Amino acid sequence: MKILVNGAWRDTSAVDLAAALHEMGYGEAVVATALNGEFVPAGLRPAARLAEGDRIEVLAPMQGG
Amino acid sequence: MLQVYGIELRSRLFLGTSRYPSPAVLSEAVKASRAQVVTVSLRRESSGERAGQGFWSIIRELGVRVLPNTAGCHSVKEAVTTAQMAREVFGTSWIKLEVIGEDDTLQPDVFGLVEAARILAADGFEVFPYTTEDLVVADKLLAAGCRVLMPWGAPIGSGRGLNNLFGLKALRAHFPEVPLVIDAGIGVPSHAAQAMELGFDAVLINTAVAQAADPVRMAAAFAQAVEAGCDARLAGPMEPRDLAAPSTPVIGTAFLK
Repeated sequence: MKILVNGAWRDTSAVDLAAALHEMGYGEAVVATALNGEFVPAGLRPAARLAEGDRIEVLAPMQGG
Repeated sequence: MLQVYGIELRSRLFLGTSRYPSPAVLSEAVKASRAQVVTVSLRRESSGERAGQGFWSIIRELGVRVLPNTAGCHSVKEAVTTAQMAREVFGTSWIKLEVIGEDDTLQPDVFGLVEAARILAADGFEVFPYTTEDLVVADKLLAAGCRVLMPWGAPIGSGRGLNNLFGLKALRAHFPEVPLVIDAGIGVPSHAAQAMELGFDAVLINTAVAQAADPVRMAAAFAQAVEAGCDARLAGPMEPRDLAAPSTPVIGTAFLK
């Protein structure tokens, strides 16, 4: 199915958010995630089921003022 | 010492981490500033580049406290979600809450700001709201649960200093017990010293240091200015007057006409 990750469409066979992150190679990276605009804590990623067209945001520390 | 949300800070200079010429200069500038708090943000991370991971390791090595922001958020929903994500990533309940209402001035949307502050404070966040000098908004932010306020000096990145001295002085006088941190608009160390002389508790600087020709030297200059301004405030500045007053005693002046 197709999902939108950080604004770019991609195909995935992952059924949940944790699996999708693993599939995309985030590994142990320190990131926070949101699914369709809602924050998903790290511990709840395996329970966050994915559906066609879902929007995922994967954010990491960045410079800020 | 400055106390914010129960944390005692020796340094009254908060430093932003954005727009430095290199990570090495950022790191040296933070050290030169003697800042104990630096602001950070969250942005999209690609699994390939992992730019954020490298940045985060630099900040952790500095041993400073981080104040994540919600920069770029234009709605309550965006700001609240970003704050939730920042709390998990950075492991802190501190959040510099920005809800931007106007793109040219980056002026805060104070209505959204108050609403977001209420939601976040109720959720256990320790909110540092980026606001204007408006007294009524300040009052509502405090009622929403904020225990620190961050009024702007001038628009973010403008370097114009303290645009509304009257309004800022009124804010200071109205809330003598609330930690007030001037956030945004400071361009040179004299602006920072002025803020401290007026009785503000701290200043947050980013562009003025990061975009200086020599950011490390400028960071040190700001550290000195903040300390000088703070000392001057504690020392009790003289009242200005309209007419001259001789500083050398008049009594005993020789008659030499």
